[in-house]
Amino acid sequence: MLKEIFNKKNRYATLSSSDLAARREMIPEGIMTKCKNCGELLLTKELEKNLKVCPQCGYHFPFSAPERLTLTLDEGSFVEYDATMASLNPLQNPDYMQKVEKSQAASGLQEAIVTGEGTISGNPVVIGVMDARFILGSMGSVVGEKITRAVERAIDKRWPVVLFCASGGARMQEGIFSLMQMAKTSAAFNRLSEAGLLYISVLTNPTTGGVSASFAMQGDFNIAEPGAYIAFAGARVIEQTIREKLPDDFQSAEFLVKHGMLDKVVPRKELTQMLASLLDLHKEARLGVN
Amino acid sequence: MSTDLQFERPLLELRAKIDELKKFTEEKGIDFSEEVEKLEDKAQELEKTIYGELKPMQRVQMSKHAGRPTTLDYIRGLTTEFIELHGDRNFRDDPALVGGIGRIAGLPVTILGHQKGRNTKENVFRNWGSAYPEGYRKAMRLMKQAEKFGRPVVCLIDTAGAYPGAAAEERGQAEAIATNLITMAGLRVPIVCVVTGEGGSGGALGLGIGDRVYMLENAYYSVISPEGAAAILLRDASQAARAADLLKLTSNDLLEFGIIDDIIKEPLGGAHRDPDNVIAGVKQVVSNTVVELSKIPVDTLLQMRYDKYRSMGHFTETTIE
Repeated sequence: MLKEIFNKKNRYATLSSSDLAARREMIPEGIMTKCKNCGELLLTKELEKNLKVCPQCGYHFPFSAPERLTLTLDEGSFVEYDATMASLNPLQNPDYMQKVEKSQAASGLQEAIVTGEGTISGNPVVIGVMDARFILGSMGSVVGEKITRAVERAIDKRWPVVLFCASGGARMQEGIFSLMQMAKTSAAFNRLSEAGLLYISVLTNPTTGGVSASFAMQGDFNIAEPGAYIAFAGARVIEQTIREKLPDDFQSAEFLVKHGMLDKVVPRKELTQMLASLLDLHKEARLGVN
Repeated sequence: MSTDLQFERPLLELRAKIDELKKFTEEKGIDFSEEVEKLEDKAQELEKTIYGELKPMQRVQMSKHAGRPTTLDYIRGLTTEFIELHGDRNFRDDPALVGGIGRIAGLPVTILGHQKGRNTKENVFRNWGSAYPEGYRKAMRLMKQAEKFGRPVVCLIDTAGAYPGAAAEERGQAEAIATNLITMAGLRVPIVCVVTGEGGSGGALGLGIGDRVYMLENAYYSVISPEGAAAILLRDASQAARAADLLKLTSNDLLEFGIIDDIIKEPLGGAHRDPDNVIAGVKQVVSNTVVELSKIPVDTLLQMRYDKYRSMGHFTETTIE
């Protein structure tokens, strides 16, 4: 008798899993999106109209390379470079090619970066946009080569370079070759700099590891989107190996600005205008330079 | 000895037995010379099987051996008139990355390297050879100084990686390494790099862009540690040995890939078995290279350095008609 008091009966209605599936089908796929930061349910259409920035909390959702190019460049101005370049498997890693093919199918991209040229408010630029959907935007031989070629073309044309970074770092499946892409791209950007040409690096979510420790931090201007995670070593690695408690805003774009590591945090909505202004300011003939 | 590596224990135990027998012969006057001879033959055979075909993970273990010469040991052996210099002029002096000026083959050089300790106390001071941003910025300062005075730069690489700590992130570990890379790519003096032990990822590359890059036979050079790769690629941290195979991180692999220019031999059993011999080997290679590179006009040298890194990577392209 006493036991029955503790054996509470369920008082709420139950739905079988088949009922649930039927109900779910009534809601069209993807009509709502939940904000990963504040949890607000947003109309996907509205979110896209707002450049994938949560109107409630300002969280910047991931932006794909095609979306970025559309937002940044003057309409119809984009010409792609090296569109067919694809990865090989220099270390004969057993799972690597499968992973590449899966990423290609899922993203519709050939690799983790799209490079080319176009104009921003009429200013010609060489542009590169990384895409974090492709093996976390990691840098292997293709990413390194495409960036290097793009920078070399910018030097030939005497155009500025704008590069949107979104990367988990070096692509481990390519081992030492991925590490050496840091050296290769750095050498190219050194030449660009010595030619007196402008390089604007835009760090978006996430920019970490070997990419943050090479070209992402080598811009004449290093600017970031709000809330972007920017790090050399990941927070998890630091907590595990060092057993240090990390502050809440650790390794956010805002944290890096506060510590003097970035020039500015610029919201996505203002980014194109900011790039146009920076390009304009560097357009005119400079004093003491012929 | 606690620093012995597991895979060489059978050999070391056999050696101990031989020594015991010899001692016995001397002390007690009983003749064991026949047995000793037999055992010594066996030891030599064992030595060949153990060290002849070292597995990648065994080389990684050897590269971390506490008895290996450290950067300051190499510097003492390589240079005359060495003067150590300190500080990044910004935050502090990082003991995990040392540097200074001295002479090699009669030429003034700037020499830099990651510095590990020999014991726990030293390692706490040296942070196990993992540098903070200020370490990389000290290196940068000394490299710019070398450029100003036209001195070649020698970099000795031996680090598990740049320090992954909160303070290092705060002070811009990524920016410090990125700046070193872009600076080294264009530094207008010869740069010679030697990976003497651990070549751990970005922390190694932060001193690693050079006109020549050499590796000691049992050193490794990798984008990630075998343990890290096991956790991420194989989803099992205990599979480090398999990850080490997959990463292709040995000196032989890297020579074959054209990432390094040559291998500097180590004595059988590793650098710690005969440090003087290894230091002499490094000295010879570095001296020859510094002299050779100093004769090349700097613009030619820079073009060669650019082309060297420009050619690294594997990809495919299909041309559209």
